[in-house]
Amino acid sequence: MSPVRRVAAYAVLVALAAFLLAPFVWMGLVSLHPSRSPIPDLATIIPRQPAWDNYATVLVGTDLPVARFALNSLVVTSLVVGGQLLVCSLAAFAFARLDWRGRETVFALFLLSLMIAGPVTQIPVFLMLRAVGALDTLLALVAPGVGSAFGVFLLRQAFLAVPRELDEAARIDGASHWTVYARVVLPLSGSALATLGAFAFIATWTDFFWPLLATSSLENRTLEVGLSVFKDSYGGTDWPLQMAAAVIVLAPLLLVFLALQRYFVRGVTLGSGK
Amino acid sequence: MAKVSFRGVSKVFGKDVRAVDNLDLEIRDGEFMVLVGPSGCGKTTALRMIAGLEEATSGDLVIAENRVNDVPPKDRDIAMVFQNYALYPHMTVYDNIAFGLRLRELKGTLWQLTHLGDARQIRLDIDRRVRETAAMLGIDGLLARRPKELSGGQRQRVALGRAIVRKPKVFLMDEPLSNLDAKLRIQTRAELIRLHRDLGVTTIYVTHDQVEAMTMGQRIAVMNNGVLQQCDEPETVYNKPANKFVAGFIGAPPMNFLNGTVNEGKIDVGPFRFGLPTAHPARSMEGQAVVLGVRPEDIYDTKNGVQVPVTEDNTFEAQVDVLEKLGAEDTAYLVAEGLNLIATLDPSSRVAAGTKSRFAVDLDKAHVFDAQSGHAIR
Repeated sequence: MSPVRRVAAYAVLVALAAFLLAPFVWMGLVSLHPSRSPIPDLATIIPRQPAWDNYATVLVGTDLPVARFALNSLVVTSLVVGGQLLVCSLAAFAFARLDWRGRETVFALFLLSLMIAGPVTQIPVFLMLRAVGALDTLLALVAPGVGSAFGVFLLRQAFLAVPRELDEAARIDGASHWTVYARVVLPLSGSALATLGAFAFIATWTDFFWPLLATSSLENRTLEVGLSVFKDSYGGTDWPLQMAAAVIVLAPLLLVFLALQRYFVRGVTLGSGK
Repeated sequence: MAKVSFRGVSKVFGKDVRAVDNLDLEIRDGEFMVLVGPSGCGKTTALRMIAGLEEATSGDLVIAENRVNDVPPKDRDIAMVFQNYALYPHMTVYDNIAFGLRLRELKGTLWQLTHLGDARQIRLDIDRRVRETAAMLGIDGLLARRPKELSGGQRQRVALGRAIVRKPKVFLMDEPLSNLDAKLRIQTRAELIRLHRDLGVTTIYVTHDQVEAMTMGQRIAVMNNGVLQQCDEPETVYNKPANKFVAGFIGAPPMNFLNGTVNEGKIDVGPFRFGLPTAHPARSMEGQAVVLGVRPEDIYDTKNGVQVPVTEDNTFEAQVDVLEKLGAEDTAYLVAEGLNLIATLDPSSRVAAGTKSRFAVDLDKAHVFDAQSGHAIR
């Protein structure tokens, strides 16, 4: 590439990046203005004295249990991510490595379920959970997220890429199916597991509708749902506080995204060729 | 150590692909047996059935007098070296070699926690055996590396180490040298022979390379289309091939085949007539179509280094089309009246490419095959 084109390319990329980053920077800066101050204009956007206590106010300074929301989100997200990795990898192993009657048919059904939009199943799931009295519990938030046809599909493809000779060598070495799964196939599928984990994390952390449906008491709310209440009862026109709350919700996502960036890209292109 | 037998073993894939057809073969205790044949001949399938990686469709697989058809691979007391080595990429060389021992001898985490003393003793024992094996193969300096940090030859040794360390009853090797370069292959060939001599373990070795088969096997079993063609010592397979397939497959350059007809106790091949030794049974097959098989080294330049008496009945005139000088010998591609032959000549021979010469055939060493069935007539 010639220097001129290189400069031009970078200029375009920098402009795009700035365009995409601007709202986040704006959010961060506004969150540091004194509580109840109006939306600052661009000239005064950088706060003279950063008001860090806005964060303390959001977390503990109101009668909303925001710290509790954060804990709920953390617990629910961790359980869903862990559960999804375990359940999907076991199912994917069965599809990729075990020979059983009807395997292809069952797998086709799994794929078909990918075509059903999420909200369609939420009411039946809601009714089922109500029937067993599990609404407004941790179970209601975690259980529906643990199974994922997408996850099974993604991991099955990854497991198929692990050479079969390795299983065979392990079987001759004395390994059971379980050992092959845990000590050969899983360790070699690290990037697919990270991809699925990252997707599951984002999906669960940012989920709004299901936690809203499945929980009713305030102390069982997740951050995403809890803070929508916050906006109504406290945020109102208090932009700095509202932006501080938004930062609290977004920060873990940003961290996960930055840490696992390359797996996202891989996840998106997975299956598009070797 | 153990005897291994295939008793009427067949393997059918899908509905009608017969990979192995009614195989009867017995590998003696401590023997180095080579299964050889072109790709798709069923040799690898036969090996995988003994390993337990494929189920036999019918027949009995027997290891050490026990029928093992329904025994899982891990309980057959065998070890296998794969063509692409199948090393665990996420484990070090040490762990690759120790993996099988740990699985077999450390019986799960719970057992280890309740038998701390025993587990410790076993770990020390495993460590000693891994190090001994690595030292024997000259890879003791590589134990901390991962497979991707090793050369092809080193990987090969690790794969061997993984098999040897368990002291199994039977070694199974599936084309273990095919991924090595030519020089390393010859070197490793000799090492495998030495290793077998030192350990004395029954070994079944699969290859498509007839040179490997000839040099390594105490006996070789030649297969084609799932059917065993001949099983015998290498010299016997070479000198007395059971049929045209074996004759053409074993030996390089390959045997020359000349289609002819028996006429007055001789074989007419185009304008040439070749006499047969006095007691040869083909002499009585008057008028029948046969195939005369002549190895390249049994054709001589009549002017130089000829080892047989030159007569009317064993010579022919041919044009030397191409002459390859290999140093120890010359390979001459001959064309005579529409026939193509390959001859291996002494380098002192003065034939030159593009000239005509007279060549003699050692008919005492020639082979005659039935034109229809391909069976040897002798």
